[in-house]
Amino acid sequence: MTYLYAAYIATWLIHIGYLGRLLLRYMRLGGEIEKLRKK
Amino acid sequence: MKRVFPILAVITALLLAYAAYEALVVAPTEQTMGDVQRIFYYHVPSAWTAFILFFINFFASIVYLIRRTMKADIIALVTAEVGVVFCTVVLVTGPIWARPVWGIWWTWDLRLTLTLVLWLIYVSYLVLRRFSSSGQTPLLAAVLAVFGALDVPLVYFSIWFFRTQHPQPVIGGGGSIDPRMLHVLLINWAAFSCFAALVCWSRYRLEVLQREIDETQALEALLEPRGSHTGSAR
Repeated sequence: MTYLYAAYIATWLIHIGYLGRLLLRYMRLGGEIEKLRKK
Repeated sequence: MKRVFPILAVITALLLAYAAYEALVVAPTEQTMGDVQRIFYYHVPSAWTAFILFFINFFASIVYLIRRTMKADIIALVTAEVGVVFCTVVLVTGPIWARPVWGIWWTWDLRLTLTLVLWLIYVSYLVLRRFSSSGQTPLLAAVLAVFGALDVPLVYFSIWFFRTQHPQPVIGGGGSIDPRMLHVLLINWAAFSCFAALVCWSRYRLEVLQREIDETQALEALLEPRGSHTGSAR
């Protein structure tokens, strides 16, 4: 069971890590859009 | 479209939860390997999803080479990136399954080696796109993607035509599977395909937004008087 859970946890860590990266990029772009609007 | 996305995200999350329940609880336990065989319900659908994404990348790259449209270029970039994520899952879950079953984490078997090469090809594709600042980058990336896609059928058919340590295909190719296991496998594949489609959609929107901002900033830099532009790193 250890290997099974390790595989499932690893899978979701990879996907959540990538989703987190996308979220950070969205937030950074939001900041850039705000800057452009202020100009 | 903005209203559709959260609804689809909730449906996909429910589908993924149901698929995980089917894989961990409902699917019958394999007689020889035991519970560790259940890794198969994440490993195989991830591989199929990665293959489909790399094929979409291949077709989008061909369309870009013919028509040079921005949409085709973005679709190629997005599918390669999400495909690499799914291929990473395959390369991580495979050794975790192999350790208790084969007694080793990795072997330089044809299927495994070709999958690693496939991952390296698309990682190099993403590195090229990320760090090359030439105007020819989408063109070079499209050519690399067309040649890279040749590895996908090699990976898939390597266990059909060569004797490898990797298990035989579960559908076709002489392999067989319990119908209840096949049912769970297909549910997991459907769930991961929906998830991949949603992630691709988000990434596509992000890339379009990024390019629009880059264009606006470039235009601003052109309009500003010389020496007053401070610039910003991407």
